[in-house]
Amino acid sequence: MSFLRIKTLLVASFSLLAVLCSTSVFANNLAVDSAVIADTNKANVEAVAVEEPKVEKKKEEGSFNVTETILEHIKDDHSWHLWGHTSIHLPVILKTSKGFEVFSSEKLVDEHHEPVVYKGNFDYKLIDGKTKIVDANGNLDKEASKQLWDISITKNVASLFVSVFILLVVLLSSAAAYKKTGIKTAPKGLQSFMEPIILFVRDEVAVPNIGAKKAGKYMPFLLTIFFLILTNNFLGLIPFFPGGANVSGNIAFTMTLAVCVFIVVNLSANKSYWEHIFWMPGMHWSMKLFLAPIELIGVFTKPISLMIRLFANITAGHILVLSLICLIFIFKTVFASAIAVPFAVFIGMIELLVAFLQAFIFTMLAAMYIGMATEEHHHEEAHGEAAHH
Amino acid sequence: MLLEINPLVLPDIGLVFWNTVAFLVLLIVLGKFAWKPILKAINDRESGIEEALLKADKMKSEITAMQNENEALLAKAREERATLIKEAKEASEKMVAEAKDKAKSEYDRILADAQVAINQQKNAALAEVKNQVGNLVVEVAEKVLRKELSNKADQESYIKQLADGVKLN
Repeated sequence: MSFLRIKTLLVASFSLLAVLCSTSVFANNLAVDSAVIADTNKANVEAVAVEEPKVEKKKEEGSFNVTETILEHIKDDHSWHLWGHTSIHLPVILKTSKGFEVFSSEKLVDEHHEPVVYKGNFDYKLIDGKTKIVDANGNLDKEASKQLWDISITKNVASLFVSVFILLVVLLSSAAAYKKTGIKTAPKGLQSFMEPIILFVRDEVAVPNIGAKKAGKYMPFLLTIFFLILTNNFLGLIPFFPGGANVSGNIAFTMTLAVCVFIVVNLSANKSYWEHIFWMPGMHWSMKLFLAPIELIGVFTKPISLMIRLFANITAGHILVLSLICLIFIFKTVFASAIAVPFAVFIGMIELLVAFLQAFIFTMLAAMYIGMATEEHHHEEAHGEAAHH
Repeated sequence: MLLEINPLVLPDIGLVFWNTVAFLVLLIVLGKFAWKPILKAINDRESGIEEALLKADKMKSEITAMQNENEALLAKAREERATLIKEAKEASEKMVAEAKDKAKSEYDRILADAQVAINQQKNAALAEVKNQVGNLVVEVAEKVLRKELSNKADQESYIKQLADGVKLN
């Protein structure tokens, strides 16, 4: 248990470090899009306001814009950059009132990577990186855009598919190894690499939180979440194809997983769990009335915290590494790399740790929530306080 | 717009859609073809190891019990052997003693028989001798008497002598 506590502490401290570092980077370098952290700090906003004209001016001179560069790397994209001027143009899939439409994203940009109008069922144009319907003059048609569902294979989606492919290949082949060698022989190769991780999830995550009896039922869910996050975290750390996308640092990815956890937790919740939320046993009726809304909010804040934690940690890490690399371009001297590169390598090492820890923490908390929802209460008086924590 | 939402925290519906698809595919495919066999294999192996350990412990205790039993059997056998030897010794001693006794009694009996026979023979012989002697004496006496009692006077004196000898009391 103390080992677990140290681990949690490590995560917390690293997260704090990452967030703090990225805040200062934002204050110095980033303009309008200062991610989630900026709104917590008014000073940032002022700094941004002061710097904004300068940024504009720089851009006119054709110089390097750090904010745009970093955000471009963190945000989703319709093309996947390979090297130099070569990139894969991923398909755009749109669902409009006139049905589905598929075309290459190449048609949405000209040779200078500037957005152009593509005439399909409607006139489409990229506005702030998102496909929108525009009118004849090239202006945003808000009413028509509301009907537009963009389910394109973007860089993140493609990267997600890569991770799914990797997971399927790795895990199915190691499952086949068990079938081939049987249970009497020691695991070999890939199998021996996966088994300790699977055992770790079972013995450190699932069983202590859910209990040995019920853990088996939730193991596939927890393992899938753990490996999906882990693979995407690691893929995100690779700076070039097939990595380079920021899947696990994307709010849509973390939201989907958090919603899955929310659904599983609430579907598996037993009677006593709901009783503890709406009518806390062992309390005065007035306290019960007071606690019910708080506990009800807690039902939703748990998955939301999961969503934000993973998103913020991974995004902050990416911003940090990118900012360090951008130092070279800010100072416009190759000597800056003497400092920037070792720091980026150092942060990269930490990111490797964070990649694993965040996958662990997400799974751990998911298991904990499931454990709380399925817990059998035998001592009615003892747990009144425990339910709060 | 009053509240400008940062595009970073605005989820794209496309990624949400594909992510849901990918996650469900992973959950179903891996759940059926990876996690189930892997977890089953791991559990089987663990329970196998546990069973094997338990079995080994059981075997060990069984072997110890067997050894104890063997020792007890051995001790018993030894004891039995000792008693058997002792009994045999006793029996043989008894037999020897009995044989000795029997031999002695036989010897005694034969001796006694022999003595009896000797005595009988002796008696018989003596009786024979006595008879012979008696007969001889009678014959001699007859001859002597015949010769001496040929005259009446002598006869009468002798009877008288005899009659004197017999005292009627």
